[in-house]
Amino acid sequence: MYWNQKFECLPREALRTLQQERLQQTLERAYHNVPHYRNIMQQENIEPKDLESLEDLRKFPFTKKQDLRDNYPYGMFAVSLSEVVRIHSSSGTTGKPTVVGYTRNDLNTWSELMARALMNAGVQKEDVIQNAYGYGLFTGGLGVHYGAEKIGASIIPISGGNTKRQVMIMKDYESTILTCTPSYALFIAEVIKEMGLKPADLKLKAGLFGAEPWSENMRKEIEEKLGILAIDIYGLSEIIGPGVAVECKYKNGLHVMEDHFIVEVINPKTGEVLPPGEQGELVFTSLTKEALPIIRYRTGDISRIIDKQCECGRTSIKISRIEGRTDDMLIIRGVNVFPSQIEHVLLEIGEVEPHYQIIIDREGQLDNLEVQVEVSEKTFFDEVKRLESLNKKIRSEIESLLGVSVRVKLVEPKTIARSEGKAKRVIDKRKF
Amino acid sequence: MVIKQLSIFLENVPGRLSAVTSILAENNINLRALTLADTADFGVLRLIVDQPEIAVELLLDNNFAVKLGEVIAVELEDTPGGIDKVLKILEKENVNIEYMYAFMGAKPKKALVIFRVDKLSEAITSLQKNNIKLIESEEEAIDLIYYCWD
Repeated sequence: MYWNQKFECLPREALRTLQQERLQQTLERAYHNVPHYRNIMQQENIEPKDLESLEDLRKFPFTKKQDLRDNYPYGMFAVSLSEVVRIHSSSGTTGKPTVVGYTRNDLNTWSELMARALMNAGVQKEDVIQNAYGYGLFTGGLGVHYGAEKIGASIIPISGGNTKRQVMIMKDYESTILTCTPSYALFIAEVIKEMGLKPADLKLKAGLFGAEPWSENMRKEIEEKLGILAIDIYGLSEIIGPGVAVECKYKNGLHVMEDHFIVEVINPKTGEVLPPGEQGELVFTSLTKEALPIIRYRTGDISRIIDKQCECGRTSIKISRIEGRTDDMLIIRGVNVFPSQIEHVLLEIGEVEPHYQIIIDREGQLDNLEVQVEVSEKTFFDEVKRLESLNKKIRSEIESLLGVSVRVKLVEPKTIARSEGKAKRVIDKRKF
Repeated sequence: MVIKQLSIFLENVPGRLSAVTSILAENNINLRALTLADTADFGVLRLIVDQPEIAVELLLDNNFAVKLGEVIAVELEDTPGGIDKVLKILEKENVNIEYMYAFMGAKPKKALVIFRVDKLSEAITSLQKNNIKLIESEEEAIDLIYYCWD
């Protein structure tokens, strides 16, 4: 079952020709319309016309998240705002978010990719999709939404949270498809059980899960507990949002939407392009995006290319499940969190010496973020209320920056383990 | 007029209180009054000891967060209305009590109450004006409590 058989099953040779043609256009567009790209290409003494084959892409410089921040908010856009019809944004590290824009054609592309992704999970016009990804600046909610409308399925834009209501609606509205983070799917499964319901009482048959790392074990658990097919979807706002790569029903790697993106896997230390099968950092180049063409974007996600014809008939290469990060980015309840963001808040508050530790745990099915902060001579006061207000201040500042709820715990001085004088910042107790 | 009190930050887990008392015991610091304010995660231990400055140094050396603060200690008649009288005086002066703790009579028919207030000098002046007996020094407080605890 394909949404767009012509492109999803395009013979490799034709696909490569299409990619090269589109890559040439993207490089030209970036070079002529985005000063940043022109500058870095000139620095490297390279021009779009130097691209003679697809392999030449590796001669072009990388784009990093920092480049988007340095050109905040619209400096990386290749079109004027009059052509932009949608803006999304990520939380950003130390205040400055990364901003992404879409033209009408970009939204059509994105909807198309999400329609393909949903169809991989078996979605048809008759389906009722309960979309429990967050709606808003985060691309998850609206990405699924437009893909579902493109197919003509019925979408319930329920967004995340209020799990009992989710279950009630799932049962009463006879939802057949669930889209959310995998950890939230497991949480919903628990609430279903608590409410005295069984998978058989529901009409759910499949789910599209992503926005955070998960494992085969989690898939098994979701499939068993909800009685559904669980499909992995990958994407990031800088590239387009969800729908950059998605599994088919064979669940053996995620098909990259190669008519719209080129994927490379590189050695994160040297930048050297690695052959299929080798683990490294995923790098994407957009081929059709108008508002925000992106060239060799370093995702920080670790994966590998699976270069084997898939049984499903799609001709695209696949990537393995995300196996980790090259940096210290954490994904908590689907939200990207860098330890430096938390440090930044602590420094801003000023009263606090940034001796802290981040502890992430999964209680039940939901991620819990705890930040332990050592009190010091400067921050310790005899009055409990002042300590409590310090605690509250740290908590609300972190929550407003990250958009994730956090528990703050004040601890005694020098109790956070230090190795070679440097504290271990993150303890991730989650098992994926 | 004021006596020195140690405040120590403690995590609300077993063994932390005794970590403090062990250090004091090993160094022969006599602990005379103690109160513990607690929250879910942490507590603040308040102590009156015979050698406050030395105790602070010892605890700092052992990585505790410690503050040395000033509190008022009042000697009261151990009769109904004793504390009420003091509270009324402070209320009239608009002095806010952050916290307080009390000990039973050290001398016969006497009670000792320790106050932490927001306006220290106003509190002292008004109490003295109303002939309330303030404890002058840690030593005096220690003697009072000492008898009681012995």
